[in-house]
Amino acid sequence: MSSLGELRSLALSARRTGPRVKEKHPDNLAGYLFLAPWLLGVVVFTIGPMIASLYLSFTDYNLLKSPLTNPPDWIGAQNYLDMFQDPAFWNSFRVTIEYVIVSVPLQLAVALALALLLDRGMRGLPFYRSVFYLPSLMGGSVAIAILWRQVFGKDGIVNGFLGWFGVDAPGWIGHPDFALWTIVILHIWTFGSPMVIFLAGLRQIPDMYYEAAEVDGASKARRFFSITLPLLTPIIFFNLVLQIIFAFQTFTQAYVVSGGTGGPADSTMFYTLFLYRTGFLEYDMGYASAMAWFLLLVTAAFTAVNFWLSKYWVFYDD
Amino acid sequence: MTTDAIRIPRRRPPRAVAGSILKHAGLIALSIVMIYPLIWLVVSSFKPNDDIFRDLSIFTTDLTVENYVNGWNDLQHPFGVFLLNSTVLSVGAIIGNLVSCSLAAYAFARLRFRGRNIYFAIMLATIMLPFQVVLVPQFTIFKELGWINTFLPLIVPKFLATDAFFVFLMVQFIRALPKEIFEAARIDGAGHLRTFAQITLPLMIPALATTAIFTFIWTWGDFFGPLIYLRIPDIFPVSVALKGFIDAQSSSDFGSMFAMSVVSLIPLFIVFLVGQRYLIKGIATTGIK
Repeated sequence: MSSLGELRSLALSARRTGPRVKEKHPDNLAGYLFLAPWLLGVVVFTIGPMIASLYLSFTDYNLLKSPLTNPPDWIGAQNYLDMFQDPAFWNSFRVTIEYVIVSVPLQLAVALALALLLDRGMRGLPFYRSVFYLPSLMGGSVAIAILWRQVFGKDGIVNGFLGWFGVDAPGWIGHPDFALWTIVILHIWTFGSPMVIFLAGLRQIPDMYYEAAEVDGASKARRFFSITLPLLTPIIFFNLVLQIIFAFQTFTQAYVVSGGTGGPADSTMFYTLFLYRTGFLEYDMGYASAMAWFLLLVTAAFTAVNFWLSKYWVFYDD
Repeated sequence: MTTDAIRIPRRRPPRAVAGSILKHAGLIALSIVMIYPLIWLVVSSFKPNDDIFRDLSIFTTDLTVENYVNGWNDLQHPFGVFLLNSTVLSVGAIIGNLVSCSLAAYAFARLRFRGRNIYFAIMLATIMLPFQVVLVPQFTIFKELGWINTFLPLIVPKFLATDAFFVFLMVQFIRALPKEIFEAARIDGAGHLRTFAQITLPLMIPALATTAIFTFIWTWGDFFGPLIYLRIPDIFPVSVALKGFIDAQSSSDFGSMFAMSVVSLIPLFIVFLVGQRYLIKGIATTGIK
């Protein structure tokens, strides 16, 4: 079960048990000792910084000034107001949303299609699985992003291929209408890891369901739509939620493909790239904190909508 | 589960055979499309610089290692320095994750203490938390500690189990171990420390291997962390060093850039070959990357 599935069942069981029976805690001391590093980490590096960045998002914190000797000034919601009136901010938001809502479903659809095709003891499965998985292992690296710049460049292999058909295409990376889509394709290229998750999910569907359906004379299509797909929906759902969250944070590909500029014409200025430039190149850490909190709210909203929608299409066996 | 093994082979009708051939043909075609860019990268890295874009084909006899020689010395330091830095970062992160995540996982999976479920829920939630929301204060902490331009900001958090994903992976693994083993250890009078060190750890070696492999891949490829914390070339890992080729692309020495890109991918490829089993099991059981 994925981390998200675990969270969901925790929430469900908390709701179910009602008034809590007094639990026994025989391992209190050992428990806290084993947990000590994580506890320290979560306080110092997660919860503390979350609170701090919320506070800082209401200040004029500048990277060049030490907050200890020179505490940042409280400026109320000014960062948020500036942000919402900043066309560059909205551009980065739009670019990222476009990327997320196109690349995530497409990648998952390809992954699912290939997993279904490869399923059930197909000959050559390990070979295909390896070949399809390799790109997702390397896809996040700078080297691959460098490669992508050339593959989709003016003289790259994509245009070389199109040249066979007499198509004289532009340099995709350098064109404001296309640069973003090369990064979308890069994301789809890494469909291997969700594919492996789907393959594992398919393997967990008990054979007896299919056997029973076969006895009842259910057609192949019927078996797919009545058994395979419903039982796979929780996995599709968890993948969707997590991939959306991660896709919002895409940075390396956008940075390298655009040479750090978010160009051409800000067409690959992803949200996190804009945040990085604001905070670390223009030193406006207050604004960057406000952007980070807005990002958290947006991903939380997407997740909430996903959960709400899941009532209509996700099938839980429990 | 595995009825495939005992399924009696049936003679397949010609239509099914044709369908199967078609399926394999499609899959092989897709495999080629998927792998082609990588092969092109490797072949191009051995081509004379002028030929790379003049002839895009991967079939060529005019190969040279010149790009590797040039690329190795193209940046401020020999590329070996960056490889070494990446290795140090990766080893540090792996040790940190193995130690801290296994301790936390044991607590979550085996011990009953006050607030466990709440902590567990927090831990799961942090997997999904966009790290940008803790970025600015974390950076400030490390800056005030004087840790900028050291490896510490990239390694120390790993010793505090900040990669919660691996805690979760190990929890899943420990929970699946037979309860009787722990029962027996308890009856034999083993305390928690002993049960952890002598029983649990040896049994969870597959989970530890998966953790080590994923930590390696993520640390090796990490770009954002080194980009903000490491500002002097002496301590660049390969990811940030490669960026130097893009910044300096006026020289348009694509051969060197490709060659060093290949060098930076070799460790990932080796890990892929050696650890594929753990990788696939890891993503299959936890459901993320």
